[in-house]
Amino acid sequence: MDPAGALPADSETLLQNFELFDGWEDRYAYLIDLGRKLRPLADEEKTEENKVRGCMSQVWLVRRDDPEGRLRWDGDSDAAIVRGLIAVLQVLYAHKSLAEAREVDVEAFFRRLGLERHLSMNRRNGFFAMVSKLKTFASPS
Amino acid sequence: MSAGPRGEGVDPGPGLEPLDLEAIRAQFPILQRSIEGEPLIYLDTAASAQKPDAVIEAIRTYYRREHANVHRGVHHLSALATSRYEEARRIAQRFLNAPQAHEIVFVRGTSEAINLVASSWGQRLEPGDEIVLSTLEHHSNIVPWQLLAQRSGAVIRVIPVHDDGSIDLEAYGSLLSPRAKMVALVHVSNALGTVLPIRRMAAMAREVGARVLVDGAQATVHGPVDVAELGCDFYAFSGHKVYGPTGIGILWGRGELLEQMPPYQGGGEMIAHVSFGGSTYAAPPARFEAGTPHIAGAVGLGVALDWLADLGRDRVAASEARVLAHGTRLLSQISGLRLVGTAADKAGVLSFVVDGVHPQDLATLLDEQGIAVRTGHHCAEPAMERFGLTGTVRASLGVYTTEAELDVLAEGIERAVRILR
Repeated sequence: MDPAGALPADSETLLQNFELFDGWEDRYAYLIDLGRKLRPLADEEKTEENKVRGCMSQVWLVRRDDPEGRLRWDGDSDAAIVRGLIAVLQVLYAHKSLAEAREVDVEAFFRRLGLERHLSMNRRNGFFAMVSKLKTFASPS
Repeated sequence: MSAGPRGEGVDPGPGLEPLDLEAIRAQFPILQRSIEGEPLIYLDTAASAQKPDAVIEAIRTYYRREHANVHRGVHHLSALATSRYEEARRIAQRFLNAPQAHEIVFVRGTSEAINLVASSWGQRLEPGDEIVLSTLEHHSNIVPWQLLAQRSGAVIRVIPVHDDGSIDLEAYGSLLSPRAKMVALVHVSNALGTVLPIRRMAAMAREVGARVLVDGAQATVHGPVDVAELGCDFYAFSGHKVYGPTGIGILWGRGELLEQMPPYQGGGEMIAHVSFGGSTYAAPPARFEAGTPHIAGAVGLGVALDWLADLGRDRVAASEARVLAHGTRLLSQISGLRLVGTAADKAGVLSFVVDGVHPQDLATLLDEQGIAVRTGHHCAEPAMERFGLTGTVRASLGVYTTEAELDVLAEGIERAVRILR
């Protein structure tokens, strides 16, 4: 498993960790634990402007500057499961250039994790809107 | 705990034959299915009720054997469809104990019914007139009145609620003035389950000369509703929340009021005579039913209302009150869980929050266990705000909900909270 306090190094490690769990309860416990490792946004960054449109939970997303032109961002949510999903996205997009980030297939990865319902089932939830917004971050401006 | 939305503490009385819930459940095909390997536990009836076979079959038969446009042809099928459509109107009339069948207007649902009244009846409002709403209203019974207030210069006044979610009748009495022209009230709160004392509140409104519209979307499903007894002027409900199809609903309005109201939408069927010099309008209800209506929906709704009436609406109310009381007891025992809305008179809804747990997280983990609940503000943001919340988890009951299902809910909540904490 991962070093204490750190997210898995890459998406394959994350996937392997998920495969250790049989039941939904352990999978969710792990997901929530990932969320606890997420670097939280400062309260002053949780502004209306940084909020992603959503209905049931609040999600904030902040783009960071990166001198090497990679996609860098931080996200946070008031819901524990959504925070875990954001942590999964952090792992998935880690160290990616914009061009690489555009190639990331979030849906396929979430299907492999067995978490696709969080993308598909409620298009009004903040997490779905967040993935859409991340994709716009990676698009050439 | 009272027995349903008739309100004012009406007790269904002992000696009512209990319903055979298993026999009722067997009539709902969807309740036989499973979700991710778990039996479905459907606790979202307040959002939309499931449909019994009788309704599904009636719609199928209508399209297979009886369909044509209504009120238009001389041919056999048109006459048959018309008679099925008008029969549904008479069923709705009986269902509400409305004096006249022509006071029943078919609409798409509660929202359209309220928009119709706000648009049409609302044309008589003048600057400074007052529209009185309660804190518990669904957005559908707020926004149409806000639009009307913007158009007319009328002012909206809001009745506060007590900490248990019951209406502050004293405050209501003191904010009612002769300037009040409309009091629009939810009969049963979708967010908290509070049953409003409509009869009493309507009587108070009458004393100052205000009209009363009741949003019955959550009330008709849980027990008897009698518009004559309630003393209101308009009553609205949606078909899909009372075991009928989506896209159809009922507006009842007092005949003399509907008679004076201008059309809401223009189109076929709502006119008496059309010329480019000007048109004259048909009498109600046709005046308010422009265009080809949702005939199959009306037929299905009629069957749903008869189906519910045949169960015995007092028995339904008594049965649901028992199940609700069981759920209230169970949830009250869960550590850190707080029920939101604990009025003495409640129907159909268990709304709650758990300390340190986001409602969406809880609902997600309940869904993993096959338990369907709703989370969020329930389209009643002012009600949520009153309790300092952005949302709750809501388990809502139908006639098919059993005590055993609420046992599973309580265990499911405990399981979810263990994971989340």
